[in-house]
Amino acid sequence: MSDLEDLYKEVILDHYRTPRNRAKIENADVHLHRDNPLCGDEIDLYVDIEDGRVTNVGFEGRGCSISQASVSMMTEKLKGLSIAEAEELANTFKSMMQGEAAEDEDALGDLLALQGVQKYPVRIKCALLGWNTFLEGVKVHNEKHGA
Amino acid sequence: MDPQAVRKDFPVLFQQVNGHPLVYLDNGATSHRPLAVIDEIKRFEEEDNSNVHRSVHTLGQRATELFEGARTKLAALLGVPGTNGLIFTKSATESLNLVAYAWGRHHLSEGDEVLITEMEHHSNIVSWQLACKDTGAVIKAVPVDDNGVLDMAEYDRLLSNKTKVVAVCHVSNVLGTINPIAEISAKAHRVGAIVVCDGAQAVPHMAIDIPSLDCDFYAGTGHKMCAPTGIGFLWGREHILEEMEPFHGGGDMILDVWIDHSSYNEIPYKFEAGTPPISQAVGLSTAIDYLNNLGWEAIRRHEIEITRYALDRLAELPDITVYGPTDAELKGGLVSFNIDDIHPHDVGTILDGKGVAIRAGHHCAKPLMRKLGVGATNRASFYIYNTHSDVDALVDALESCRKMFG
Repeated sequence: MSDLEDLYKEVILDHYRTPRNRAKIENADVHLHRDNPLCGDEIDLYVDIEDGRVTNVGFEGRGCSISQASVSMMTEKLKGLSIAEAEELANTFKSMMQGEAAEDEDALGDLLALQGVQKYPVRIKCALLGWNTFLEGVKVHNEKHGA
Repeated sequence: MDPQAVRKDFPVLFQQVNGHPLVYLDNGATSHRPLAVIDEIKRFEEEDNSNVHRSVHTLGQRATELFEGARTKLAALLGVPGTNGLIFTKSATESLNLVAYAWGRHHLSEGDEVLITEMEHHSNIVSWQLACKDTGAVIKAVPVDDNGVLDMAEYDRLLSNKTKVVAVCHVSNVLGTINPIAEISAKAHRVGAIVVCDGAQAVPHMAIDIPSLDCDFYAGTGHKMCAPTGIGFLWGREHILEEMEPFHGGGDMILDVWIDHSSYNEIPYKFEAGTPPISQAVGLSTAIDYLNNLGWEAIRRHEIEITRYALDRLAELPDITVYGPTDAELKGGLVSFNIDDIHPHDVGTILDGKGVAIRAGHHCAKPLMRKLGVGATNRASFYIYNTHSDVDALVDALESCRKMFG
């Protein structure tokens, strides 16, 4: 059971049961729908960006606890960060999930709870869904508005 | 049939997974192989390995005899007269694609309709979408009703002179529903349509008699019935296969070849281009012997019994939703369910932590998932070696899921 308890930490279950920022943002600067075809996890991510800073993040979605908790935790972390800081955090998180030594793991805070997912290769995609969607959204936004 | 005795023939079952004895309930995805099959493949590779149909040497003859012997054995299993209509493929998916490609592209045209069902596996949907894209034919689907069975009144309504193909699974890989193929065939033939039946989830579990189903094509696969992966089959009516264009071009499917044209081999070889799955066919042959020896009546009775027990035990859990028929007599040996709004991938992971292997996901049946209003389901699927204590382990592990997420 220890591996399972490592995976389903209380903070993850808490975000799954009570997701944060789970709401649509009307006319958001960034809106993307993405899914994991393998699992059927899906999210709609909404991001408002002002003066190069993430001012608001919301999501709608359904899927497993790992995918939904990860995106819920992400929305809390991203609010207020500059785009560059947000991208850096996303990449640090991705490095951790892929088992690479991340430079600044302290910045991850609560997100370290998702480290247990590493042991479940098929679930890593679930944990990354929100973050990859965010990175893709920022890229689309930058292309439209110039980075 | 004693499943405890059968278990002893399957070495893979005797292992610990995550500190628990393995409980394998993912037979709908693939079954395991008994020692007899593993040993025979090893023996073939060590003693007889050769290519088939083209070598005059002794090993080539032995390999050809074993390969064609597998075809004869399979024909007997399916109740078809002779082997001319029985084509070896790599999978049931390839078999269905063969029909959709080699028949569909030459017989469908604008305005024609392909009638599938809402409970089809993607292989019996997408292959027809591809054929329709090339020909201008359109796809319609027979709905599944609230009990998880085909709405036959809607089938009657959808069937018309425009219908050229009815593509339907014999047993649903998600719901377990056994479809009335004979009735579907009789009605389809009245409007001049052919019937393509996907038997992937049927052949491993029950006695099959294709002539009484009266379909025109029937697809199946080996790896769900104790044979290795990489071998499937397609049976087709000989007169239809005769006039069809080939699927793939290459060796073995030709009579003669010039630079600018070829003449084709007789059926079934016309549809078997390239070196076929030979050791896999040898394995399939042994698998058929193994299953015949257990007896098809006994296999079916065992699966009904274990499915009934699973349905009863699952019903003890609060907040469980079972999809498909709940009468074990009316379905194949599988149960799809969701529990407590816990996502199937969480259920699947927690169960794996307890050594219990089930399938969690959309089961390559996304249109059906949409119809059921879910993204995914859990599926426990049974076979000859599953016991009541396997079902008990499943239910205990589901209790742990409820505790963790409760």
